[in-house]
Amino acid sequence: METLMQAVVSGALMGLVYALISVGLTLIFGLMEVVNFAHGQFLMLAMFASYGMSVLLGLDPLVSLPIVAVLLGILGLITNRLIILQVIRGPMVAQIFATFGLGIFLANGAQFLWSPDFRVVQNPWLGQLAGGLVRLPGGVYLGVPQLGAAVLAGVAFAALYLFITRTKTGLALQAVAEDKEAAALMGINSQRMYDVGWFLGLACVGVAGAALANFYYIAPQVGNTFAIIAYVVVALGGFGSVSGALLGGILVGLVEILSPVVLGISPDLKYAVVYSVYLLIVFIRPQGLLGRY
Amino acid sequence: MLSVKNLAVSYNGVPALHDVSFEVEQRQLVALIGSNGAGKSTTLRAISGLLRPDHGEIAFEGQRIDARPAFAIAARGIAHVPEGRGLFSRRSVMENLYLGGYTQTDRAQVNASLEEVFTMFPRLKERRNQRAGTLSGGEQQMLAIGRALMSRPRLLMLDEPSLGLAPLVVDDIFRILKEINTRGTTVLLVEQNVREALDIADRGYVLQTGATVLSGPSAQILQSDLVRKAYLGL
Repeated sequence: METLMQAVVSGALMGLVYALISVGLTLIFGLMEVVNFAHGQFLMLAMFASYGMSVLLGLDPLVSLPIVAVLLGILGLITNRLIILQVIRGPMVAQIFATFGLGIFLANGAQFLWSPDFRVVQNPWLGQLAGGLVRLPGGVYLGVPQLGAAVLAGVAFAALYLFITRTKTGLALQAVAEDKEAAALMGINSQRMYDVGWFLGLACVGVAGAALANFYYIAPQVGNTFAIIAYVVVALGGFGSVSGALLGGILVGLVEILSPVVLGISPDLKYAVVYSVYLLIVFIRPQGLLGRY
Repeated sequence: MLSVKNLAVSYNGVPALHDVSFEVEQRQLVALIGSNGAGKSTTLRAISGLLRPDHGEIAFEGQRIDARPAFAIAARGIAHVPEGRGLFSRRSVMENLYLGGYTQTDRAQVNASLEEVFTMFPRLKERRNQRAGTLSGGEQQMLAIGRALMSRPRLLMLDEPSLGLAPLVVDDIFRILKEINTRGTTVLLVEQNVREALDIADRGYVLQTGATVLSGPSAQILQSDLVRKAYLGL
């Protein structure tokens, strides 16, 4: 029972981080119908940025988090202007290759510059807080860094959600996502909304990367695992749906951590269960749980 | 206020308009009539910047707008209620109206416009939290017009506002358009409902196969042989 509770809590917490990573993907897709296949590599860059600032400037990942978020946001803006807008009118295949190629370039560039070694941020504040472990009622133990990352992800996700649903710019983003022509007739510049979407989407990746840097290993290939999970989350929740990303993220987090506990299988097989659940759901609901496409 | 000269527009190389010219004077209500495929919607889409003309000139308040992007033209004071209404069907009535006021920076002004729209269309106020997609056809058309008014346009363009509506609702819509015009907004109305449109219009233009073939005060257009035979079946 305690192990089960433990798994449920850890799974849900990790799910929040997955949701935050995935929401950028779904936001950009909803706006432009472009799938960013370099999403995982941007996360890797965020983690390296966080790591780099801890080693070179002695900044804790918590301190550098806003900087990483803004840096990634700007990187998103540049990617949109330099790459995406060049291929947006082209065939789907051109768009896929453009972002896929960018992802390969970033991963290999990172490997070239920083070697394929695994790194960790030494002694992050969250790791030292309360001995790095908290005990919840019911005998559930949680790592403070994991808990902190989940809280950061949850806060960032909520902030994004409020921005999209409560502000004028957020409403304009949704209008462009629904009907670009009608949005233009309202006086909304959709190109600028694409910039906003890329900035926000990758700023979320920045927050997620900085949060993960508190406890996750950092390496040039680290983006791959997260990228595949993000695609599963987005497809599961529904492409273009922000609330779908939250639901999908938590679902994937739960299945991932619960499956070894409930099914008694080796943790190595957990992703097999995740993808099986994914396949099962998209067979029944191809548009995803909250999707429209 | 709006002047269109020798406008030619094509879709992927297929010509849709080859010679459309007309004028809309300030505070007028002008009807652009013609059969299906004559190029009425294309003309409006070119004016609002959704289509780029091949030749010709479009000037609004003395300035060329034919090379400007649609969002910039909207910001200059031209509101276009497109064919099919172009509502954000997943968004609520309120959100649609707020989006209509996107170019307005003064919050008090936006709220004042909102009150005006609600006075004109009390139904919209009742349904303000409902999704636009769940409204009836007539209500959707009211919302589309109300949303256009939210930008306080100097020129309001409507593409077949009567399409698919019950006759009583059509009468309502035309009455409201006349009222909007009387209050000072210039209106350019595209219609297949020729008699009703010309009844409320000051001037009319007839479009045939991509060119303006007849123009004049609406009473005169209604009396013309062309309109009597081709559109009114007299």
